[in-house]
Amino acid sequence: MNNVLVEMEGIEKQFPGVHALEQCRFELRAGEVHVLVGENGAGKSTLMKVLAGIYMKDAGRILVKGQEVDIHSPNAAQLLGISMVHQELNLMNHLTVAQNIFIGREPRAKIPYFLDEKKLNEQAQQVLDRLHLKLNPHTKVADLTVAKQQMVEIAKALSMNSQVLIMDEPTAALTDTEVDELFNIVRHLRDQGVGIVHISHRLEELKQIANRITVMRDGHYVDTLNAQDATLDQIISMMVGRVIYETAPEIPENPSQEIVLEVRNLNRGRLIKDVSFTLKQGEILGFSGLVGAGRTEVARTIFGADRLDSGEIYVKGKKVRIKTPTDAVKYGITYLSEDRKRYGLVLGMDVETNIVLATFQKFLAPLGWVKTPQTKQTAKRYVDMLAIKTPGLQRKAKFLSGGTQQKIVIGKWLTADTNILIFDEPTRGIDVGAKSEIYKLLNDLAHQGKSIIMISSELPEILRMSHRIIVMCEGRITANLSSAEATQENIMKYATKRGPLVGTNESNEPVTEFGNA
Amino acid sequence: MNPEIAPRTSLTRTLFRSDATQRLLAFAGLIVLIVVFSIASPYFRTETNFLSIALATAVNGVLALGVTFVIISGGIDLSIGTVMTFGAVMSAVFITNWNLPVPIGVLGGIGAGVLAGIANGIIIAKLKVPPFIATLGMLNVAKGLSLVISQVHPIYYPTAPEFNQIASGSIIGQIIPALPIPNAVLILIVAAAVASIILTKTVLGRYTFALGSNEEATRLSGVNVDVWKIAIYMVCGAFAGLAGVLIASRINSAQPALGQGYELDAIAAAVIGGTSLAGGEGTIVGTIIGAFIISTLGNGLQILSVPQEWQTVITGVIIILAVYLDILRRRAA
Repeated sequence: MNNVLVEMEGIEKQFPGVHALEQCRFELRAGEVHVLVGENGAGKSTLMKVLAGIYMKDAGRILVKGQEVDIHSPNAAQLLGISMVHQELNLMNHLTVAQNIFIGREPRAKIPYFLDEKKLNEQAQQVLDRLHLKLNPHTKVADLTVAKQQMVEIAKALSMNSQVLIMDEPTAALTDTEVDELFNIVRHLRDQGVGIVHISHRLEELKQIANRITVMRDGHYVDTLNAQDATLDQIISMMVGRVIYETAPEIPENPSQEIVLEVRNLNRGRLIKDVSFTLKQGEILGFSGLVGAGRTEVARTIFGADRLDSGEIYVKGKKVRIKTPTDAVKYGITYLSEDRKRYGLVLGMDVETNIVLATFQKFLAPLGWVKTPQTKQTAKRYVDMLAIKTPGLQRKAKFLSGGTQQKIVIGKWLTADTNILIFDEPTRGIDVGAKSEIYKLLNDLAHQGKSIIMISSELPEILRMSHRIIVMCEGRITANLSSAEATQENIMKYATKRGPLVGTNESNEPVTEFGNA
Repeated sequence: MNPEIAPRTSLTRTLFRSDATQRLLAFAGLIVLIVVFSIASPYFRTETNFLSIALATAVNGVLALGVTFVIISGGIDLSIGTVMTFGAVMSAVFITNWNLPVPIGVLGGIGAGVLAGIANGIIIAKLKVPPFIATLGMLNVAKGLSLVISQVHPIYYPTAPEFNQIASGSIIGQIIPALPIPNAVLILIVAAAVASIILTKTVLGRYTFALGSNEEATRLSGVNVDVWKIAIYMVCGAFAGLAGVLIASRINSAQPALGQGYELDAIAAAVIGGTSLAGGEGTIVGTIIGAFIISTLGNGLQILSVPQEWQTVITGVIIILAVYLDILRRRAA
């Protein structure tokens, strides 16, 4: 037991109205990757934030290398060799890579308060080299892709010579290749004896990277398992404490042939090239492809959030011109953004307001008076219908978990009672239980006759949910598959099918845009 | 086929992305203004007039230097105009009322600004009052204190005739008679150099950018955010105090009713020069160019006999235009 780096015992943490952590324990050894799993709100991040000095524990003991310690600030944690890479990127976009890595610990010149910029860049280069990262220390962080920014975060955490590295969902925003790159670095660090805590929602990653797995549920510690002994089903049932159907695909039948939305020859700069497709009533149409393939751009263009260069859109056979999102809603089209925090929710406002926000007009009496009984009733109906976990309608959205927030966004657009719903990564950053509830909801909506476009980067999700699957690559549609034809392998094949299709004459166009959109 | 290594590198993009663009645009704008006014009026293109533009820039320029720090850090300081007045009044109190030597008076004026800045910083960093409100409060506090201390009368410097020389004399002119650049302009140049060094070479400057770029990330990196915020507002206050000494010296009296409105010109100078009100971006050179644009515009329009009212309108339009250009640039990047 000599290689135990961190022991946490009996950790308690209360937030107003929530018992976030109850008698939690955790153990981390040197040279292991310890994956922490659990549903949203299970307390994984909270527990790790206690360890990283961001939250103060109410009770319990933390031992680092057998010594009881008091971690009262991020600084104190850093001094103990504990650093954390946060879920939301915590970088200063206006500063360079080197300046970010050494923020707060800049090499100083001989004159007090003066910086030694040369040494700063040299040391940053050393850190980057050690991690085999091909990054220029002088590059501004704003100019990097999200994946590279993630790497900068990790470089920053490791530049402190950390022995404990906590990563809170580092892979949520990464593509598969980028995840591989990250995991290579993680393995490399593990072999150097660093203890790594990896918080993740992607269970398929467990086998790739984990040595041990700790499961948490509702603020409680459930169990710690050796990765090679544990099965996915076992872990999932420990996480949710109930049976859910994660693997069984269920594609509802779609008898209707009525076309509700048709898009013809949509073009927008280099992002969308000649995109045409149809959407039937009661259908779930999956949009697959790699990050930057142009799926979100197509959705935003149909929704009127971006302008199109050319192309035609027909709603129920009638040609329409959609210039703004307001037009789109008028034609019965809604779009649920992938970035719910930025575009989908007013985080500082309560559940009720968020739900009725899209259809506020309905609740207005003359002179702009708000009919509060009606808003309350409507909000309550959707909270019940979608099983939104909130202590009350007056709870501010920012205090709720990711899955709950996503449900509020869905509820908000359901009040608009539109027929065409575009979901952009509806389950990103959501735990397994909430995911399965969202899948059920989408199915129910389709059964009610709503037409759904679902953009998703997760292949199992696309395969499980869609009647038909459109695959995009570099702004073009490369395949239109029925659910019977589609497999993970052929979707990936079409998703990476670069360059022009046979019959087009743009073969000279260089393909440099990939992954950058 | 690595997307990070093969970015789009068309010329316009590179040009638009560069940090220097707004400064370049501002500088080009200044040149255009000078050329246009020079063609429009022979009275504009005289040496005396250029000197008077420079002199008119000095006070606003020094104020703008300070507020540039605050704006880059993501804050705002509305109190600099009246804190400047407070500095002027305090210098007069030291020199005239208490009969202390001029250098002590100068330090007293700057010190008054420093105190106001520290107060702003503590209210913002420790009491968590939003900068807009905190400094709006300080605007009134400084204005009121100036009136109370001076008993609502201008204070002159009868005992120290040399005080006037601080701004209006010309050390350079004594050495090179052909170049009678007033000391106020020299002080602006030195102050700008000091500000630039602080902003780009020191820890304070680094944290000014870091705070404006992402305050929470800076805090989580273990930086003592509160202390550095207070330091930033203190620097701003120091420059406001210095501006107070300059303006008192120029008009040879401390006018307690003066000052309000100066803060807006200073903020405008910073913004025209490319300092982002959202924080994280800005340069000293840009701010100085911005200050020169404002005073050149005022001077030129006056020479062309454009009525004062219309000058104000035009200045307003220029500010909006400058910020709009900045937004266009960001959108392109």
